[in-house]
Amino acid sequence: MSWIDIGHIDDVPLRGARLVKTEVGCVAIFRTDEAEVFAASNTCPHRQGPLSEGIVHGQKVTCPLHNWVFDLNTGEAQGADEGRITTYPVRLEDGRILLDGEAVSTRSAA
Amino acid sequence: MQKLVVIGAGMASGRLLEQLIDADPGAFEITLFNAEPRGNYNRIMLSPVLSGEKSFEEIVTHDDDWYATNKVTCRFGEKVLSVDTARKVVVGEKGEVAYDKLVFGTGSSAFIIPCPGHDLPGVVAFRDLEDTTAMTEAAAKPGARAVVIGGGLLGLEAAAALRLRGMEVTVLHIASHLMERQLDPAAGYLLKKDLERRGITVLLEASTKEIVGNGKAEQVNLADGTELPCDIVCMAVGIRPAVKLAQNSGIACGRAIKVDAQMRTETPDVYAVGECVEFEGNLFGLVAPLYDQAKVLAKTLLGQEETFAMRELSTKLKVTGCDLFSAGDFADGPGREDIVYRDPARGIYKRLVIEEDKLVGAVMYGDTADGNWFFGLIKDGTDISEMRETLIFGPSYQGGASVDPLSAVAALPPEAEICGCNGVCKGDIVAAIEAGATDLGAIKATTKASASCGTCTGLVEQVLSVTLGDEFVLPTAQPVCGCTDLPHEDVRRLIKAQELKSQEAVWQELGWKSRNGCHVCRPAINFYLLADWPLDYTDDPQSRFVNERNHANIQKDGTYSVMPRMWGGMTSPQELIAIAQAAEKYGATVKVTGGQRIDLLGVKKEDLPAIWYDLNEAGMVSGHAYTKGLRTVKTCVGSDWCRFGTQDSTGLGIKLEKKLWGSWTPHKVKLAVSGCPRNCAEATCKDVGIICVDSGYQVSVAGAAGMDVKETERLVDVRTEEEAIEWTTAFIQLYREHAKYLDRPYKWVAKVGLDWVKEVLADDAERQALVERFDISQSVYQKDPWAERAEPEAARRFQPLADLTLKAAE
Ligand SMILES: Cc1cc2nc3c(=O)[nH]c(=O)nc-3n(C[C@H](O)[C@H](O)[C@H](O)COP(=O)(O)OP(=O)(O)OC[C@H]3O[C@@H](n4cnc5c(N)ncnc54)[C@H](O)[C@@H]3O)c2cc1C
Ligand code: HEM
Ligand code: SF4
Ligand code: FES
Repeated sequence: MSWIDIGHIDDVPLRGARLVKTEVGCVAIFRTDEAEVFAASNTCPHRQGPLSEGIVHGQKVTCPLHNWVFDLNTGEAQGADEGRITTYPVRLEDGRILLDGEAVSTRSAA
Repeated sequence: MQKLVVIGAGMASGRLLEQLIDADPGAFEITLFNAEPRGNYNRIMLSPVLSGEKSFEEIVTHDDDWYATNKVTCRFGEKVLSVDTARKVVVGEKGEVAYDKLVFGTGSSAFIIPCPGHDLPGVVAFRDLEDTTAMTEAAAKPGARAVVIGGGLLGLEAAAALRLRGMEVTVLHIASHLMERQLDPAAGYLLKKDLERRGITVLLEASTKEIVGNGKAEQVNLADGTELPCDIVCMAVGIRPAVKLAQNSGIACGRAIKVDAQMRTETPDVYAVGECVEFEGNLFGLVAPLYDQAKVLAKTLLGQEETFAMRELSTKLKVTGCDLFSAGDFADGPGREDIVYRDPARGIYKRLVIEEDKLVGAVMYGDTADGNWFFGLIKDGTDISEMRETLIFGPSYQGGASVDPLSAVAALPPEAEICGCNGVCKGDIVAAIEAGATDLGAIKATTKASASCGTCTGLVEQVLSVTLGDEFVLPTAQPVCGCTDLPHEDVRRLIKAQELKSQEAVWQELGWKSRNGCHVCRPAINFYLLADWPLDYTDDPQSRFVNERNHANIQKDGTYSVMPRMWGGMTSPQELIAIAQAAEKYGATVKVTGGQRIDLLGVKKEDLPAIWYDLNEAGMVSGHAYTKGLRTVKTCVGSDWCRFGTQDSTGLGIKLEKKLWGSWTPHKVKLAVSGCPRNCAEATCKDVGIICVDSGYQVSVAGAAGMDVKETERLVDVRTEEEAIEWTTAFIQLYREHAKYLDRPYKWVAKVGLDWVKEVLADDAERQALVERFDISQSVYQKDPWAERAEPEAARRFQPLADLTLKAAE
């Protein structure tokens, strides 16, 4: 893995998200708690809703377009809906958000 | 005999001496220095000494006898000035001592914020007996006031102790909840509540600017302008390892004195123990690991093998009645799952954090009896998959215990208001039940509770159920969402009755089953709180749907539409030019809407702050076409132009829009004003529609023109424009205060009945009070969201956090 510093945790609102543009498309960084972040594809598999604009609750996000709910740990859609978003390794170090550069550069390496 | 010199008679070195002397009383000739003019005492018990629950004598661990019996040469009240490791001597204030082995046990000193006035007399830390005595003396003055800076363990123990001594105490804490390093926000909320119940004032997100006074601390000033007069200031914002002496003596230090797992420093024959050490990058602040260190160092000094290892720590607060416990890691990283349990009636909150079938963290408030059991599971890494379902109920779980959905109502005090219309408290209803009322009808008849708008019906039924037990069968109401068993109406009433003013408070006091709600309840609760407590609650953008957060309508392709306000449907050549220019600049499609204004469609999120800025410059503000709030006020040209016009319908529309814009409502609200009954503005299918007639204004409400189509119903006929505005505003405020989130006015009116609405609004005093409350809310919320977000700092949030495609190209 190659960790890339993409910003400070406080740049992402609590229970909110921000976008990172990458070679594999837009990746959303979700902040679910004071010191808890997840990274996943920004694009809803249903009709491409921007997940970074959804309501973040627990360790889940609800798509702003038609309310599909995704578990950010697994990327799986919850309940009756079927679909999955790609999740990416991300971690926190001294308040900095580190995203795995390999996972978001070439799909084959991930 | 070897000569052992120990610097610092603290808790760690005290334990070391005990271990050493126990194992081999004749091994060393010991000299003990201490800067404090006394021997070792149980520092952690300074809190009960400060509160007066214990005397200092009771917490002394080693008295003069002990030192004499064990032949320890005491040099108390004497600071060590330097150490010469080449000559192996320690230089005290009163002379040198040679050593064969040397131990640093210098502990920590309190960190003092270097703000102006920090060095005034009356500013103390909370570290030693001198600090404790200074605070006790200040508390002796009747009516004395203390400001405690720091809402961590130490600060809160100081605050609680000073309060017990009768002082007026204010705690200032920089973070958004107390003890943020040990507690999550929910537990922090309960702790704050418990402290406030004791009469301690807690100010969160409080940043100290300066301490001022004439020769002594007399007042603390905060960055936000708050002024807090006081007699003493206690700073408890953290500790710093006391390592200056070691550093000056050439001993290797990082943030503290570096030691290996045998407590050896990098200098031969020099050791360190306690809070002054750094081990593998870790610092220490609680005694448990220090005692482990002391044990290891005793062995090392005696030439035996022993290794120090880090272990999990748990935290408790030594304030009687504030029962909290936290252990492990509870707010970190992916792959984790929560189990949450809340019992509002008993003020209990428990949260367990599980990762890969193991318990990794636990936070508890109110009932910590199982704390050590959970702590054991964390330390041992026990596989909990078998007991996962019942884990939160603890080791004594017998099966069957579950959260009682009625507990929120059971927890209400008798004076809590259940029926807002008729001012009926829980106690009144319970009294009626005890006097023989056994169903809703009887309660209505005897107390009038739920006899007016009826939104409190669910709560009255719950009081019946709680009081009568099995004799009353509760009708099932539709809960808000899976996070709670309560329906909207009950949540709204309880927010008012219990004065719940934060989302944390709602989740805890109403027994939410999730950590922080879901996409269904969050926007509803956020609205209820801001509508009921405009001055106390701060709107939470993260609890809003995307359109209300970004102040633009998201379209199906992820772009946004932007719609400036056109007051009463009027515009000007200048506005039109600015709109046309913006449309060209940002590539927008232009649409004339059904709400008498112009929509710019297809704007990219990144461009929003810029287009808003451009439209702001031309004098336009957000049209709120995306909100559950006031949308438009449609008008016809009225008496200004039309030969049929009876009144200035355009003018009234503009006045209404200027008064009402920016307010949040349970659902969208649309108005129209027509200048005569020909009704060109189609006012009779709006939420509020006004038809002008010769004799004045016909105000009608609760129309619909969506999936349902419904004509408005007449609310009142009034003579003047002022009255029309007053009635309209009062109607909207009543709707804001009572309706369920996402009920349009026509749905709400159908539930509560137009007669009830008329009855409330017909009361002059009540109508004016509603308008007043609306105005208070507008003082907070009537501001242009575009202007705020076009500011560079806020605009930044609309850009991606990072662009890794650029990096790769470089
Ligand atoms: C009010 C209070 C409540 C606490 N409550 C808890 C609790 O509930 N649980 C818990 O685990 N921990 C608690 N702690 C923390 C705990 O007290 C410390 O972790 C512990 O005392 C540290 O022990 P130590 O021996 O390293 O240092 P100390 O006990 O601070 O001893 C160091 C000694 O070295 C002396 N010294 C320093 N420099 C020199 C020098 N140059 N020459 C001579 N002498 C010197 C100092 O005067 C001091 O007496 C509390 C602390 C305080 C102040
Ligand atoms: C996501 C769904 C919807 C979108 C994007 C949308 C968009 C719009 C827009 C942009 C306008 C112009 C409003 C203005 O000038 O402020 C409008 C007007 C209107 N909308 Fe919607 N709308 C939606 C859903 C609805 C629903 C559910 C209803 C009915 C309940 C509704 C009823 C109306 C009516 C009646 C008007 C005309 C208002 C008037 O003439 O005064 N819309 N809509
Ligand atoms: S509603 Fe009446 S006053 Fe207004 S434009 Fe139509 S006809 Fe004229
Ligand atoms: S696009 Fe996400 S739920 Fe439809």
